[in-house]
Amino acid sequence: MRHLLGTTDLSREDAILLLDTAAQMAATQEREVRKLPTLRGKTVVNLFFEDSTRTRISFEAAAKRLSADVINFSAKGSSVSKGESLKDTALTLQAMGADAVVVRHWASGAAYQLAHGGWLHGSVLNAGDGTHQHPTQALLDAFTARRHLVADPTGQGLDGLTVAIVGDVLHSRVARSNVHLLNTLGAHVVLVAPPTLVPVGIEPWPCTVVHTLDQAIETYDIDALMMLRVQRERMSGGGDAFFPSPAEYSRIYGLDADRMNRLPDHAIVMHPGPMNRGLEISAEAADSPRSVIVEQVANGVAVRMAALYLLLAGEEGAQ
Amino acid sequence: MSRPIVIKNASLYGDTPATLLIEDGVITTVAQDAASIATPDDAVVIEAEGLVALPGLVDLHTHLREPGREDAETIETGSRAAARGGWTAVHAMANTNPVADTAGVVEQVYSRGQEIGLVDVFPVGAVTVGLKGEHLSEMGAMANSKARVRLFSDDGVCVYDPVIMRRALEYVKAFDGAVVQHAQDLRLTEGSQMHEGVVSAELGLAGWPAVAEESIVARDALLAEHVGSRVHVQHLSTAGSVEIIRWAKARGINVTAEATPHHLLLTDESARTYDPLFKVNPPLRTQSDVDALRAAVADGTIDIIATDHAPHASEDKDCEWAAASFGMLGLETALGVIQKVLVDTGAATWRDVARLMSETPARIGMVDDRHGRPLAAGEPANVTLVDPNATWTVDAAQLASRARNTPYGGIELPGRAVATFLRGVPTHLDTQLEGAFA
Repeated sequence: MRHLLGTTDLSREDAILLLDTAAQMAATQEREVRKLPTLRGKTVVNLFFEDSTRTRISFEAAAKRLSADVINFSAKGSSVSKGESLKDTALTLQAMGADAVVVRHWASGAAYQLAHGGWLHGSVLNAGDGTHQHPTQALLDAFTARRHLVADPTGQGLDGLTVAIVGDVLHSRVARSNVHLLNTLGAHVVLVAPPTLVPVGIEPWPCTVVHTLDQAIETYDIDALMMLRVQRERMSGGGDAFFPSPAEYSRIYGLDADRMNRLPDHAIVMHPGPMNRGLEISAEAADSPRSVIVEQVANGVAVRMAALYLLLAGEEGAQ
Repeated sequence: MSRPIVIKNASLYGDTPATLLIEDGVITTVAQDAASIATPDDAVVIEAEGLVALPGLVDLHTHLREPGREDAETIETGSRAAARGGWTAVHAMANTNPVADTAGVVEQVYSRGQEIGLVDVFPVGAVTVGLKGEHLSEMGAMANSKARVRLFSDDGVCVYDPVIMRRALEYVKAFDGAVVQHAQDLRLTEGSQMHEGVVSAELGLAGWPAVAEESIVARDALLAEHVGSRVHVQHLSTAGSVEIIRWAKARGINVTAEATPHHLLLTDESARTYDPLFKVNPPLRTQSDVDALRAAVADGTIDIIATDHAPHASEDKDCEWAAASFGMLGLETALGVIQKVLVDTGAATWRDVARLMSETPARIGMVDDRHGRPLAAGEPANVTLVDPNATWTVDAAQLASRARNTPYGGIELPGRAVATFLRGVPTHLDTQLEGAFA
């Protein structure tokens, strides 16, 4: 692997390799000394064009535990507000000798452009681009689901499992990344969303779409239920709202105790965070024993360690 | 006075070989037999066997960016690009800075075009002041100015308010003008980045739905019918718009429509590269839309080809897709693309190309007293010679435009204009022909 830009072109072998490597990384985090010397001398730049403290510190922790040097580059603004352009930023990072660039950007495709623009030679790791892809989030979700739902997980996919993803699919890079990765790993994906939040042109996606959460729970044996965050701007009043009111959304798409209790006993509840408690997920669901939401955060570090390791040290290790 | 020119054995409109004698800006003789023409002593003789002679091309949709964005294009660089592409006239859109919404600006653009003398630059006036869609601009003053404006457009933005559109359609009847519409429902396309469909869903780019074009095309056809006026629809991009135009014409509505070369060749699949060179408004659509547009050009539903030549400075394209400007260059590649998609596929003949790219646009633009004339004795010598076998690879760095935003870089095109004459003066000569003028 040269870059990690999305999940659509990730092979099953590579996906499982990433998950297995993440498992090894997670095991090292149980030790007293958690720092590994693997990426000593490598420079990882966290290039964030969009605020995301959670994702940034997760990548920062991952890189530091592999002994890489980490530079945090917060480039808010960008060419829209006539700040520094993506190209100039990339040339700057190239001049500084970045071995890997972890990029979070508000524009779909920015990670692809960084990787293919000919501006820099290092590996590009997409930490979320617009409403396009967020591959490490999908990998940590798959990793978490595999840990809980697959016996003897090493080397395994998610074959035969059903994962339901609920919420704003239209604007969600998490949903886009998960649909393809989960499908690649053998899971059946059920998307649950109001029709206004399902993209036109979704037909080729390898998933099923239903329009109420109750229907999804009644129809499918859900093994993992993933609740997506609802952005405030999607529900602003007037002609731009995608649904009539937060209350109506919560009634039809929210995960409350009643709906949670109708899930199969083994089913887990996931959320990429940060949660809107009381909107897409109730406190009972978020804090229940089924919830693996806090564990997702911990697994995020292991998955990002695996991604950085495979991008930066993988080939040398194979030689 | 320029020297007389003999264009020997060119294939007129792609069929009959004939020889043209051009003197003092006028075609004075057309003869099947070159020997029958008494060649003046000082004449320049162009051996044109194998070349196709067409009436000089007329573009109804060009952005020259002057005044205001001379870093992207000027009337001079745009004129040179036009001449190289085989054009003898271009209609310059009004979205400059200042906007071409007064007699002063249109006269300045027109005069600058004449001063440069490579193509006739016919300014298109803005429909509304500042392209804001709120108040009608002084169209009468522009019509009566030295620039003799007949076409009015807020191109770049749609004349969205139906009452303003209705009034504009009514008002231009006073001077035989037409409203030229950029059909785009503004509310349905807020923040839109590319065609809304399978590709936008995957790429996570905000969709520009076909219905946003089609609903305006339908509305404007009905308005034109209601007030008995003439509307020209720019850059038709969807199969649905084609159906609406076909219906409107069958109903007798005075509507004409254009298609751009890029909408006849490229699709939304290009966006998968996230390269903003493929970002254009209206967006590149699907293959079935491309097929419908080609069929509509072939059957006459679409009247003309127009370039929507839209130069942009490199910083407005070398950036994130969502941050990039809409638009692509077209003047220098149009003929090659049209040969590729229409002539070489058998969908159109060179005679059709003469109609689509010269005669009909001249008529719609009301400049058919000077342009889009027959290749016949007594007519103004606006002539384009095409070499249909001059396969070439587009190199952005070699274009005459100041801007470099062609989507065709590295693509091979089958033919090109090798000579362009404006009133008998060569405005473009390919290197292979330069010798004749030495």
